[in-house]
Amino acid sequence: MLGPARYWREVPQRYRYEAAKCAKCGKVFFPPRLVCNKCHSKEFTQTTLAQTGSIETFTVIRVAPTGFGDEAPYAVGIIKLDDGVRITAQITDCELDKLDIGQKVRLEFRRLGKEGESGILRYGYKFVPVA
Amino acid sequence: MDVGIVGWGAYVPRHRIKVEEIAKVWGSDAEAYKKGLMLREKSVPTPDQDTITISVEAARNALRRAKIDPQKIGALYIGSESHPYAVKPSGTVVAEAIGAFPSIHVADFEFACKAGSEGMFVALSLVKAGQVEYAMGIGADTSQGAPGDALEFSAAAGGAAFLFGGKPEEIAAVCEHTYSFTTDTPDFWRREYQFYPRHAGRFTGEPAYFKHVLSCAKRTMEIANLTPKDFQWAVFHQPNGKFPARAATELGFQKSQWEQGWLAPTLGNTYSGASPMGLSAILDVAKPGDRILMVSYGSGAGSDGFVWRVTDQVTKLQPLARHTRAQLEDRPIYLDYGTYAKFRGKIHKVTE
Repeated sequence: MLGPARYWREVPQRYRYEAAKCAKCGKVFFPPRLVCNKCHSKEFTQTTLAQTGSIETFTVIRVAPTGFGDEAPYAVGIIKLDDGVRITAQITDCELDKLDIGQKVRLEFRRLGKEGESGILRYGYKFVPVA
Repeated sequence: MDVGIVGWGAYVPRHRIKVEEIAKVWGSDAEAYKKGLMLREKSVPTPDQDTITISVEAARNALRRAKIDPQKIGALYIGSESHPYAVKPSGTVVAEAIGAFPSIHVADFEFACKAGSEGMFVALSLVKAGQVEYAMGIGADTSQGAPGDALEFSAAAGGAAFLFGGKPEEIAAVCEHTYSFTTDTPDFWRREYQFYPRHAGRFTGEPAYFKHVLSCAKRTMEIANLTPKDFQWAVFHQPNGKFPARAATELGFQKSQWEQGWLAPTLGNTYSGASPMGLSAILDVAKPGDRILMVSYGSGAGSDGFVWRVTDQVTKLQPLARHTRAQLEDRPIYLDYGTYAKFRGKIHKVTE
């Protein structure tokens, strides 16, 4: 379980896809970090990730971890966004046997999970296939 | 000062279940339900969709049209009877997700199926009063019908968001009149700690839905000094397909006036989202100068009436976000009853 404090810290990324762009070399970090691992700059500007992209690769989870059992089977993939950034996320609203590498997807706001029957609900991004 | 809609947007989940699939499980007569309710199928939320996620997507569609800085939104209200938390607002998640925080007044509204139009009414009024520059009202629901109950055939998921402002050049639909009709009528309720709502059967018809919707519609038109002939469009709360069709006909509206906003036959009853989604579908195709009558209904009971006048701005905003009916028709994924029961939390994996 993440707990409320850690979940709350990730809200800018989970809800608004806020990333950091190195002011010197332009590398984008998601989530943001303090030092650029390419040019060692400590100066960043805030940017927002592209909200469409394509599936770079994916797998289907059939034996789910605790808390995700009711959702199995479900797909998790690496999405290459239109701005070049790659992120890992669940792919939802899809027929699993029709998912394909290179398929166009768009981001949607979804519930990521719930902490037991009385804990917080966690929200964030998932991807859905576009027509 | 004219105040009106400067952006609107809806969200429709992709999953559906047909009346036949539900009827098969409970030994009901599918054809009788389809004819009686004038409803063929309904939308179903996935386990990762709820009132908050639907509200965020609808709000983002409204902002795609309004193209304003979300920081200028001074109030945000979500009306729903299926807020995911019993204690903790839905609106705070939506405000953060659309970047409209922290200088914003947020509240969750509840009034059965009328909560969405309530939120719209208050948001609109705050802009009119000059309290805020822009305000958003959202109606969204993922309501449940008890297994085997008549409500199970119709209880669906969806929502619509409306951003209100007062700059004449930005307004796509001016609100010309509003009126509310409210009485204490116990036709539908859900007590605390109860998972499914209960209803009073046939009592939900004449003394509840029809009395409130018809009275509100008549009085709203009377105040506006307008008759059904003065409107190009009309939209009513739609707990099924039959009720709004009958109400519209009794009021003297032609099918061509109410069919565009009549989503229930393939969407189901989206509760707080119902008449707002119908309004969204109408705005998607309305022409400058058109007039729209909107009448919501919430059990308990009350109706909110609105008269909207569409402006030239509407044609610029229409293409900027996905249309409501286009979402409704976009690659529906049909569910069997077992998967539907899992999606709606009626059954769980034993290890959970």
